[in-house]
Amino acid sequence: MPYWNPEIETMDQKGLRQIQNEKLVKIVKYVYDCSPFYKKRFDEFGVKPEDIKSIDDIGKLPFTFKKDLRDTYPTGMFCVPDKEIVRFHASSGTTGKPTVVGYTQNDLDAWAESLARGMTSINLGTDDKIQVSYGYGLFTGGLGIHYGSEKIGAATLPISSGNTERQITLMKDLDVTAICCTPSYFSYLIEAADHMGCSIKDQTKLRVGVFGAEPWSESLRKRIEERSGIKAYDVFGTSELSGPLFTECTEQKGMHIWADLFLFEILDPETNEPVKDGEVGEMVVTTLAKEALPLIRYRVGDLASVETAVCPCGRTHPRLMRLKGRSDDMIIVRGLNVFPGQVEYVLVKFPEVSSHFMIVIDRVGELDSMTVQVELIDMASDKLDDYYKLKSKIEHELQSILNLHAEVEFVSRGTIPRSEGKAKRVTDNRKYQD
Amino acid sequence: MTKTIKQISLFAENKTGRLLKVAEVLGREGINIRAFTIAESGDFGIIRLIVDKPDLAHIAFKKEGFTVSETDLIGIEIDDTPGALRDIASLFSKGNINIEYSYAFIGRNQKAILIIRVSDLENVFTYLKDKGIHLLEIGDLL
Repeated sequence: MPYWNPEIETMDQKGLRQIQNEKLVKIVKYVYDCSPFYKKRFDEFGVKPEDIKSIDDIGKLPFTFKKDLRDTYPTGMFCVPDKEIVRFHASSGTTGKPTVVGYTQNDLDAWAESLARGMTSINLGTDDKIQVSYGYGLFTGGLGIHYGSEKIGAATLPISSGNTERQITLMKDLDVTAICCTPSYFSYLIEAADHMGCSIKDQTKLRVGVFGAEPWSESLRKRIEERSGIKAYDVFGTSELSGPLFTECTEQKGMHIWADLFLFEILDPETNEPVKDGEVGEMVVTTLAKEALPLIRYRVGDLASVETAVCPCGRTHPRLMRLKGRSDDMIIVRGLNVFPGQVEYVLVKFPEVSSHFMIVIDRVGELDSMTVQVELIDMASDKLDDYYKLKSKIEHELQSILNLHAEVEFVSRGTIPRSEGKAKRVTDNRKYQD
Repeated sequence: MTKTIKQISLFAENKTGRLLKVAEVLGREGINIRAFTIAESGDFGIIRLIVDKPDLAHIAFKKEGFTVSETDLIGIEIDDTPGALRDIASLFSKGNINIEYSYAFIGRNQKAILIIRVSDLENVFTYLKDKGIHLLEIGDLL
């Protein structure tokens, strides 16, 4: 079992806790001294840096929110002067202004270190050729993975997203062994490659995929692995915390979150109290090593659970289990919470349809209606009745998962827009009038 | 080897321009249509085609991303006279054969061509052969 940083990755949990205690005390003092935003936030909350003596005191600290980053746009929460910043990224703002994040050289190094550990844990290294099909640019996905990939000495192909034919041609001709992109884009690449007469499974050297930037299900993983012959690994990260940061190891039993760099809490969103080990709650993260934009108890908005038992791979750090969805991806239909991931979970059970879908929400009178547009890919029948049987089977499965009737609408293959970044899964046509 | 007519069926959304896409593929590939019909049902329908080169059509449609299937149907030639359909329908009825769907057109030699979809193809073949019915292949329609 290869490790990038064996001393840290396999350190006993007592030692890790000690590191976290020291780093938390340090970062709290640092943000209080360096950022007027944090000083004000702490003062209003009635907490002083010296009140924090160990990670057991974390509950005494106030939360930070995405809204804080927007309100202090562009750099109001930064803790270093501009001259120490070596890079900016920005995420597209759905509500107007983008969210700007900044990095010192040490921040970039720690980011690459985090990914180097993860990529090593899935047996990537100097012998590999890694195709980075996340978007490059202001989005953190492309450059983040890029620097991790170079750090482990892999040959890095900065192809970015898009130009699907070129993706497949270079994958084949350069004997690419690993790809990083969104799971929905990779599903599309498998289809597109088949279309070009080049089976990813049989005619390329691809053996590993690192997929993230959107929640995906265990069943989609199985389907991707079966159809492409690769091992598919989950990666988690978000631009506010740097970008993509944590991957699964070959055990595929959760993503190793490096405790010397980040402190994760999983809280009950109602009470803000920690949930029991392994239970689902809202992820709240404190950065322990970031310099430019440290975040204290940052509410990421993702629902997840954390497993603290030592992984069979020997790594002692906590593991972030598969995300249950983003709280802001959630849509409310007839008062019920619906996650696009639930729909995906149902659709991957049906080989007749593709994994691309669109949820359309309408309001007829006072009532919401939900339609799931599904692409038929492999439905060899000349009889309308067979289509209706399939439609009602899918509707039945959706009903049992969502507790809600959703109408299935078949559309032709290729009509659901393919995304190169995060897949757009929902069209909400409801008009809200007051 | 039993004689059948191969039908190509395509899934199509009930939207403008769908038939055009189908016709474009056929025209480009030099495929000639003997018969075609659209079964419609709300949001979508099935376009059913009998063409001179069914295998080529199947490959071409698949390549274009269509959801396509190929089905073996029974083709029977009958006289274009009143009562001819009655005789065949009576034969099917006596044999207890259920027709799933069917369509008909006038062939090149001014005889009526009846295309019939049944579920139990093999048994129906045996039955019709016993009754002395001549079954058609695509070659008979060109």
